[in-house]
Amino acid sequence: MPLLEATGVHGGYGGMNILHGVDMTINNDEIGVIIGPNGAGKSTMLKAIFGMLNVTEGDIKLRGESIKNVAPNKLVHMGMGFVPQEKNIFPSMTVQENLEMGAYIHPSRVSAMLEQVYELFPPLKEKRRQPAGELSGGQRQMVAMGRALMVEPSLLLLDEPTAGLSPLYMNEIFTRVKDINKAGVGVLMVEQNAKQALAIADKGFVLAAGQNRYTDTGQALLNDPEVAKSFLGG
Amino acid sequence: MNELVFFINNVLISGAVAGSIYALGAVGITLVFSIMRFAHFAHADMMTFGAFMVFVFTAMFPGAGAALGIPTPILMLPIAMVITASLAIGLDKAFYKPLRDNGVKPIVLVIASLGVTLMLQGLIRMFAGTSSRSLYIGERKEIYRIDVPIEGVLRPIIITDPQIWLIAFAVIVVVALHYFLTKTRMGKAMRAMSDNADLAQVSGINTKAVIMVTWIIAGSLAAMAGTMLAMDVALQPQLSFFILLPIFAATIVGGVGQPYGAIAGGYLVGFVETLSVFNWSILLRPLAPMLPDALEIPRSLALVGTEYKIVVPFFILVVVLIWRPTGIFKGKVI
Repeated sequence: MPLLEATGVHGGYGGMNILHGVDMTINNDEIGVIIGPNGAGKSTMLKAIFGMLNVTEGDIKLRGESIKNVAPNKLVHMGMGFVPQEKNIFPSMTVQENLEMGAYIHPSRVSAMLEQVYELFPPLKEKRRQPAGELSGGQRQMVAMGRALMVEPSLLLLDEPTAGLSPLYMNEIFTRVKDINKAGVGVLMVEQNAKQALAIADKGFVLAAGQNRYTDTGQALLNDPEVAKSFLGG
Repeated sequence: MNELVFFINNVLISGAVAGSIYALGAVGITLVFSIMRFAHFAHADMMTFGAFMVFVFTAMFPGAGAALGIPTPILMLPIAMVITASLAIGLDKAFYKPLRDNGVKPIVLVIASLGVTLMLQGLIRMFAGTSSRSLYIGERKEIYRIDVPIEGVLRPIIITDPQIWLIAFAVIVVVALHYFLTKTRMGKAMRAMSDNADLAQVSGINTKAVIMVTWIIAGSLAAMAGTMLAMDVALQPQLSFFILLPIFAATIVGGVGQPYGAIAGGYLVGFVETLSVFNWSILLRPLAPMLPDALEIPRSLALVGTEYKIVVPFFILVVVLIWRPTGIFKGKVI
């Protein structure tokens, strides 16, 4: 049974549909990457999965159970973590408090999970007493991902985790995503840095105008001259 | 030295008393703002309501406190705090939550809270009339005169029983609030929601519970502040009218949405208020023999007359906001 299975998803904000029948399947332990031009509905799809907008048609299943239009706070209990693209930290709280908030629903697991997250992101341990709002962009992204990992999710959704980061931090984040995945967490992320993202992806989904354009393994998409020409900048 | 004692009585003690009341009120307003993003105008009326609850219970059991050696209103305060906290939750359920659920703009909630203000004021007047009452029923307000053991000092330091209770309560509240916000899970969740409500929700924080706890704290602190003010002065239905402006000034001066700012703002407003109406000529009097005859110290040398005391918070507001546009503790921009 796939970890996540979305079939024919239609949805959008208010009355306007942005998604026109998107399919997406992620198995356990897979990294899925959504790429596509601006306005293709990449982030919208992620939000539709996480119950942040109204899905009008189609279905979304987590391990066979429908999660269509289930509220985000319930999905957290079902083992899903979400890292928004912007405003993804609590700026006035310390790094450690940010992480603690991630495990709000599992207070007894806080200390064990803190250990794991600090192991994954060593810079956060050093800065654990510092307000998260004072950190650099890359470190904030680590806090945001760490917070989402604190609930021990089986599926982690990342909305453009490398947006606005320096190449150094970008590579760091991609490496960490791979590590997280190796630890047994399914990942679905939206990325602008399509080439690097597809390189680590088990599955790639190319969206355009709210529909699937290409779906294949990351490597196959990278090698596809059509995809390269239209979506990877030649 | 007599002059110094006069200063202690009229500035240090009076300022600490006014500041404590403003701080207790402002903390509630700032917490409600930080969680629900609206200025809750009915807060001062929750203070009056709390004080009236204390009055009702004190009138029912006037001798209860004497058995324990504390003023009866203090004994009744916890009951009033519970009732006022329930009122706050009830007001939220009845008036603010339906609006919130419909996703209205914050200004609609502000106007709704003005409506609640009028309603509460009407209800209090309907049941209690408009007269001024004392919370001391069959008891005497203890006034302590502490003689200063220095030769030549004739004036004692004067402090009343409710003032001592008030300052002690304020200290306890500040310490407890700090512990709650920095050490407990719910307190941290509250700060998280204040920082980023959407992220709090996607982290699985129970935002409904946070809202409820916010009203419990705001309501019970309002009852405490209202009762202490009524014990210090007198219980009047228009109490809220006099207190509303200074506590909003304290909230904004401290930085909207910042609990520590509200406390600092409360004491700042309280002390500046008392300093501005303080008669400085009394402090200068000992210098008179040293001054040339041409320089006579006037009998009254206050910055503003007592009748203009109410404008002082606005003056502080303007001065602080020019210096720090979002308040002392960098509040949330409205």
